[in-house]
Amino acid sequence: MNIGWYLAVSALIFAIGAGGVLVRRNPLVILLCLELMLNAANLALIGFSRMWGNGDGQVFALIVMVVAACEVTVGLGLIVAMHRRRLPIDVDEMRELQG
Amino acid sequence: MSATTAAWLVLAAPLAGMIVIGALFNRLPGRAAGWVGTAAIAVSFVFALITLWKLQQHTPGHRELTSTLWTIANIGQGVDARATILVDPLSVLMICVVAGVSTLIHLYSVSYLQGDRGYSRFFAYLNFFVFSMLLLVLAGNFILLIVGWAFVGAASYMLISFWYRRTTATSAGIKAFVINVLGDIGLVLGTFFIFRHTHTFDLVASFRAAPHVFASGSGDVTAGCLLLLVGAFAKSAQIPLHTWLPDAMEGPTPVSALIHAATMVTAGVYLIARMHPLFQLAPAAGDVGAIVGALTLLIAGTIGLAATDLKRVIAYSTMSQIGYMIMGVSVGAYTAGLFHLMTHAFFKALLFMAAGSLISAMGGNQSLNAMSGLRRALPFTFFCFIVGGLALTGVPPFSGFFSKDSILLFVAGRGGWHWALYVAGYLGAFLTGLYTFRMIFRAFLGEPCPEALELIEHGHLFHPAVPTNPANGEVEDTDVGFPGPDHVIAERAIPMRAAMSLLALLAIVGGIVSIPKTTTWLDHFLAPTFADSTLTSHPSNGLLYFGLILGAVISLASIATAYVIWVARPALAPAIAARARPLTTLFENKWYFDELIDALVVRPGAWFGRFAQNTFERVIVNGLLIGGSTGLVRAGSALVRGTQSGILRVYAGLMLVGIAGVGLYFLLQS
Repeated sequence: MNIGWYLAVSALIFAIGAGGVLVRRNPLVILLCLELMLNAANLALIGFSRMWGNGDGQVFALIVMVVAACEVTVGLGLIVAMHRRRLPIDVDEMRELQG
Repeated sequence: MSATTAAWLVLAAPLAGMIVIGALFNRLPGRAAGWVGTAAIAVSFVFALITLWKLQQHTPGHRELTSTLWTIANIGQGVDARATILVDPLSVLMICVVAGVSTLIHLYSVSYLQGDRGYSRFFAYLNFFVFSMLLLVLAGNFILLIVGWAFVGAASYMLISFWYRRTTATSAGIKAFVINVLGDIGLVLGTFFIFRHTHTFDLVASFRAAPHVFASGSGDVTAGCLLLLVGAFAKSAQIPLHTWLPDAMEGPTPVSALIHAATMVTAGVYLIARMHPLFQLAPAAGDVGAIVGALTLLIAGTIGLAATDLKRVIAYSTMSQIGYMIMGVSVGAYTAGLFHLMTHAFFKALLFMAAGSLISAMGGNQSLNAMSGLRRALPFTFFCFIVGGLALTGVPPFSGFFSKDSILLFVAGRGGWHWALYVAGYLGAFLTGLYTFRMIFRAFLGEPCPEALELIEHGHLFHPAVPTNPANGEVEDTDVGFPGPDHVIAERAIPMRAAMSLLALLAIVGGIVSIPKTTTWLDHFLAPTFADSTLTSHPSNGLLYFGLILGAVISLASIATAYVIWVARPALAPAIAARARPLTTLFENKWYFDELIDALVVRPGAWFGRFAQNTFERVIVNGLLIGGSTGLVRAGSALVRGTQSGILRVYAGLMLVGIAGVGLYFLLQS
């Protein structure tokens, strides 16, 4: 199958993710959209890896997953902390450094 | 030990004294600082005598020795700055006079300043002052000369402002420093004019090269010499740069003695004598010097007649005597000018020391109006005043008689318009006797004043209940920065009496080194330095005897006149003053020189300063330069600040747009 299809799907998912980050205000959903963007990149990496026939791209994809897992841990922790302090779960409301 | 080694040690001793006193100033007990300082200068004087002795062992043709310790900078094109001293008869005469008289002044100060809270600081400054002057006279190139010249100005500033909580003293110090810096500028610029053609800073080499590179009377050498004269006038208090000298009387009396007798005002005379090979190529500059000297000696004499401050009378007499010396060395009477410099150092130091003793007896008051009849209270001081006064007036056989007449004789021998200077000189001599003995008669004769009575009847010194500044009556205390609580008179302090006795002896017999037709020691001694002088004078024997008789007659007549006006017929002085009211006003206001300089220089300067502060700085600097650049930054930041909204989604959007933009750019590039 042509590499173009993989890239097209990857670009589509990336655009959906980016659009979600820009449009949605709930931090949970923004985190989900970020995951979409990262996985779109993973898809492109694996597609290229297959095209060149070597494993470098797959290694990159694994690393991206690890980083994504870390990021979700921190992000969810932040959201839980906000919830506990009864702060609004809305990124537009959180625009100043001091809580 | 060679002559040059001894000369280096002449310099080293006062420097070491200054460093020792300065480093240990708060550990030295009692009067130790004074004795250390005196010893340092005494050692310097001993080495000066050794230098003299060693120099005399050379044949007369080889008495111009130089010695270089190290090279400060040598960068080609003739810029050769070396730590070089020049030892020749002229500089050796100067170091002997400077170190000798300074030793006695230090000795005097040991007692005079006792009780002052700044005692150690005073002697550190005093040693530095002497070191600077010795450096000036021993300098073997223009660089060291300028360094010494500037050091002397700085030291005089520190000492004139020694009582630094007195506002009058600090402003006098500033005035002296500013005028001296003006002289420094003249000296430096003059050096440039000469250096441009001779391509060396070395004095001896410059003098050798000068006749070959300068045409006689050419523009550059005349300009250079005139600028050197500016330096000499500022340092030697010649018109119109003299106004700092009377104000410098705010310093302690030994400082006045030092400035006037040994270390400062004679520097200008020395400079002209030292630069004589250059001045002979610039006759116009010499004429300017001679005329200014003659004017100064007359004008200072007339102001001295009207001044009522004891120390200022002596200060104006110094100006007048320096006028004789400047006139002398400018017309080519080098030996005579230096002879007068030497005798003047003796009797002027003596007069100032006696004045210090007198002022102590008056509890710090310097006004002649308050003094009278102190003769019985201060017999020794009176004796010193009389000896100094007779020498200053030029009564035979005191030292001043021979030295003043030898200058005027040389001037007359030049002929032509120099006869006007000759007449001015004898007119000045009459004025000298008049103001000197006016001062002495008013202070010592007549009914005893309360201060004198207290000393005679109760045997203790008058002390004012509250110490005040004699210049403006401000109340003071006796802590550091003001004069100490002790007043010391020569009758009760052995060091002071010893110094004054020695100087009195020198003031009487100092003329012995050059008595016409009898002794020619000074002429022989200085001959190697001035042998190449082209300015010669051949007065006839008749003129010589006429001058001697005229000098004696004028000096005696002036004393007699002073006696008649101020002692025999006391009503005469106010009557003459009232009759010649415009003249008296002119003299009392010091010929309005202060006002003239104030109007011509100080006020325009102050106006310009205010303009710079209020208009230039506020509008151009603060408004345009600083305001412009800060405004630019502020406007730029206001523009960018709007994007820092804190809304996460905007940041994310901008980031996306940015990355997309960069990606697009590279896509289009490939």
